[in-house]
Amino acid sequence: MLTPLASLRTGLELRLGADARAWLHLALTEAADAPRYAGRHGLPPWERHFAAAGRHCRDTSARPGDAPHGTPHGTVPEAADAARILLLHAAGPDTEALARLYAHGSADERRAVLLALPHLDPQPSADGARALVEDALRANDTRLIAAALGPWSARHLDAHQWRHALLKCLFTGVPLSAVAGLEERAAGDGELARMLEDYARERTAASRPVPADLHRALRAARRPRAAGPAPGPAAEGTAAEGPAAEAPAARPSEQTWEG
Amino acid sequence: MRIFDPHIHMTSRTTDDYAAMYAAGVRALVEPSFWLGQPRTSPATFLDYFDALLGWEPYRAAQYGIAHHCTLALNPKEANDPRCRPVLDELPRYLLKDRVVAVGEIGYDSMTPAEDSALAAQLQLAREHELPALVHTPHRDKVAGLARTLDVLRESGLPPERCLLDHLNETTVGPAADSGCWLGFSIYPDTKMDPDRMIRILRVHGTERVLVNSAADWGHSDPLKTRHVGEAMLAAGFTEDDVDQVLWRNPVAFYGRSGRLELEVTAPAEQLFEGNSILRGGA
Ligand SMILES: [Zn+2]
Repeated sequence: MLTPLASLRTGLELRLGADARAWLHLALTEAADAPRYAGRHGLPPWERHFAAAGRHCRDTSARPGDAPHGTPHGTVPEAADAARILLLHAAGPDTEALARLYAHGSADERRAVLLALPHLDPQPSADGARALVEDALRANDTRLIAAALGPWSARHLDAHQWRHALLKCLFTGVPLSAVAGLEERAAGDGELARMLEDYARERTAASRPVPADLHRALRAARRPRAAGPAPGPAAEGTAAEGPAAEAPAARPSEQTWEG
Repeated sequence: MRIFDPHIHMTSRTTDDYAAMYAAGVRALVEPSFWLGQPRTSPATFLDYFDALLGWEPYRAAQYGIAHHCTLALNPKEANDPRCRPVLDELPRYLLKDRVVAVGEIGYDSMTPAEDSALAAQLQLAREHELPALVHTPHRDKVAGLARTLDVLRESGLPPERCLLDHLNETTVGPAADSGCWLGFSIYPDTKMDPDRMIRILRVHGTERVLVNSAADWGHSDPLKTRHVGEAMLAAGFTEDDVDQVLWRNPVAFYGRSGRLELEVTAPAEQLFEGNSILRGGA
């Protein structure tokens, strides 16, 4: 069975034309070479590819666009996202380099850093990764918010942060299908249920519709938590969640790319 | 009427402007980095500005169905402040990015030695990054400013077809056209050009290599001026094809030389709901 990143790569290559595939191979080779450039002055070669992925890595197999210019509707980001995640994995930047790539990244580059978080080897420090996720959750760009709520956040955000992230999704229209580990983390969370009920009341009082996703989250929060360790970071559970326990720490290779 | 505004500072505009521009036919634009009215005092605030031109502003534009691109540079006015000059060292990294379709706005403001060296250095960056250059021509002492700009351009070795001379008028269009560069006209409510003067220039010089922009920013300006020129052209007997050449095909051809134009727009909400497997990231 292929690892998630191997299947991501295979899927990507199938969607690329010959030129883009050749670009991807070169870029990945240079990314794997990244350690040789550590500490050297100037931009490591692979970071140029990371910046330029959008224009080199174009999806050719997606549904045809009706436009005479450019690429098919909505296809560029997906292929470029995948390419950037593979590049990050191949280059294995340390926490500091990752922070720099995020801080000076375009929205697409920032999103790729967030999406890659659970797949990096070595893993960035929890504090370093958390700073990036927190930055993205403060943003108003819904694509950044969605990208920030992957498996890394399901495991590492504390209860308060995670609840506020969920509410922010409902406020900004990010579908809760973007939130990794929703059912597990929400289960038995009485405080989350209260926040959702309050929000529903506020919407109703203003004669505005309650987002359909709110009911989904509320159902999950009212469901009792399954036996076993509490989801979320160790030693950060609230009293309502019972004794803190070691989070089920999935290794990078166990993450799946859900289709 | 499909419209590409090749020079507009959307950072200073509201979402009402985006909606009105879309209704008027604007489907793509280029936002050149320029000065913000209030002088900046460190490179870090430039980088935040560049990040916004590569992050938040394209996101806003996409919500209104408009494809956003940018040009990056140290502008001529702030090139005179030694505290801002280190921006030049940061530019190479930023010029690599997707959706950066030119180096700009560069050029002259007061024609100082500091402006000389910033212009020459950034034309060199355009060459190295295989990017076009958006060159602002000065508002004061315009004719002499254009002559000096053309000298520096020739010395730089950047081919004229990769250069857009902007804010031209009746007195500068002749030498600018002879240079082989693309010709940009900013249509303002009071100053610079108005639609009727633009029609007279188009009658004399034709539609080839001509771009029209609103240059709308934080000052008295109007983001629908491109549309007004299109309407004035039709009223003056130009064909729909002429209008399309000036308002769409010419800017696409010029900025297309970067290889980085992405004219298709997907609204952010649509992208989130399309079931992008990568976004969900598993688990
Ligand atoms: Zn301007």
